[in-house]
Amino acid sequence: MTLTVNELTIHHGAICAISDVSFTVPKGQLTAVIGANGAGKTTLLRTLSGLNKSTHGTATWNEHNLLHSKPETIVRHGVSHVSEGKAVIPELSVVENLELGAIWRKNKKEAAESKAAVTDIFPRLGERLNQRADTLSGGERQMLAIGRALMSKPELLLLDEPSLGLAPLVVEQIFQTIRDLTTTMGLTVVLVEQNAMGALKIADQGIVLNLGKVAVTGTAQSLIADPQVRAAYLGY
Amino acid sequence: MFQLLNTILIGITAGAIYSLMATAIVLVWRSTRVINFAQAGMALLSTYFGYEAMVHFNSFWIALPVAMVGGAAVAALIELVFMRLLVKRSSTGPIAAVAPIIATLGLLGLIKGLISTFWGGADVRLVGPVTNIGYSIGDKTLAFSPLKLLTLCTVVVLMLLLTVLFQKSNIGLSLRASAYSPEIARLSGVKVDFVRTLGWSLAGASGAVAGMFQTVNGNGAFSPESIEFSLLLISGFIAAIIGGLESLIGAVIGGLVLGLVVSFVLMYISSSLFFIAPFLILLIILFIRPQGIIGVKAARRG
Repeated sequence: MTLTVNELTIHHGAICAISDVSFTVPKGQLTAVIGANGAGKTTLLRTLSGLNKSTHGTATWNEHNLLHSKPETIVRHGVSHVSEGKAVIPELSVVENLELGAIWRKNKKEAAESKAAVTDIFPRLGERLNQRADTLSGGERQMLAIGRALMSKPELLLLDEPSLGLAPLVVEQIFQTIRDLTTTMGLTVVLVEQNAMGALKIADQGIVLNLGKVAVTGTAQSLIADPQVRAAYLGY
Repeated sequence: MFQLLNTILIGITAGAIYSLMATAIVLVWRSTRVINFAQAGMALLSTYFGYEAMVHFNSFWIALPVAMVGGAAVAALIELVFMRLLVKRSSTGPIAAVAPIIATLGLLGLIKGLISTFWGGADVRLVGPVTNIGYSIGDKTLAFSPLKLLTLCTVVVLMLLLTVLFQKSNIGLSLRASAYSPEIARLSGVKVDFVRTLGWSLAGASGAVAGMFQTVNGNGAFSPESIEFSLLLISGFIAAIIGGLESLIGAVIGGLVLGLVVSFVLMYISSSLFFIAPFLILLIILFIRPQGIIGVKAARRG
């Protein structure tokens, strides 16, 4: 059970957003994808979850081809995507947002167990189940977005900039939770981040994207130690 | 006093039917972001289905479900083969915003043409299941009959069913999530395309009930060119706008407000304002509260 991406190329109209990108994400590991604005990180993630179309290449998870499937099919194969910008539905209540994540699951008992597990991970959500999602703070919304994705019982979790616009303390807390998802629940995680240092600190391996191409890959520790990566992305 | 009571009763009954039509418009708007001008034609066609069932079975209680199922099927078909293709073909540029709306106007004409071909242009008649002669109090006759009571009850039951469906079921959650955020809905596993078709078919069924009751509450006669159905569309549209276009409860409130205001204007100002009053109300609403009476601007935080 690995995520295997091979020679992936993605175009936005005439612009090439991702060019000939290959990498693998081993099961149970946390992979950070870092890079500047416009490096193609979000496009990459949206393509893996079926929201964007690719031009060339392959991407498979559990031998399931991710590139020619719809998002609603991909989630049924154990891949959950938390898209950019605290992806919750503000008009729905917290519990409705959570239940939405499990809406396709036939076994309602298991779905209820997932709900208990999510409120266990994020007790704040458990206290606010009947509030509308737009009454939550930014951090709580991000928790809800991740919680909704967890309700789909994923094996692979794709996270797009969970730290965006959050206070440093909250970011730390969210990152710790993401690390725990890998360590204690055995989830495979792809974490796309602008906050390169924060992401690499909790990651097992890292991929640096630059203008749609893979610039550097390696263990997270080796990237943190790499002088070029430090200068270009970690800011010191 | 008696006149006031009658005015209110007339307004509420008319408003209830507007609410159904407004519900149909809101359901389509929420599922595909299209203002469906063909809704009047769809309601008319459904009423013809009901008329056919009436001819064969001579029972309103068979005709009504036949009209609803027929209306739902026609609406689903239109969304599935027509609207979906259209949206795909005109996904960018200035045309994309207006093409579906213009297309529904075209559909309206097409449906009326089809009806004329199959049933001819002459009036046909539909008779209600109970009398439309008003209850009497002493020597006075109320503007409220068993048929109007039945109309109100049917609307209330249908709206309650729809509300329960929307608020308490997984289908309802899918419908709401797809309306607010199709992307998050799809990422959560909702088959949004199917949900859109479902939204249209619910609208088709609601419009069918509106058409059936509008007809039997009038003189029972209708034809492809019935002015009643054009008015029904306009009233439903205005009611939906008053209600903010996004919610079922808004559609109901919008319908009742419109029904009551029109009724009061006709009774106390001038009955010659019949064709003008709804439009005046629409313009006033759009000027003073463009988001509708209960429409709230979604308070989205960062």
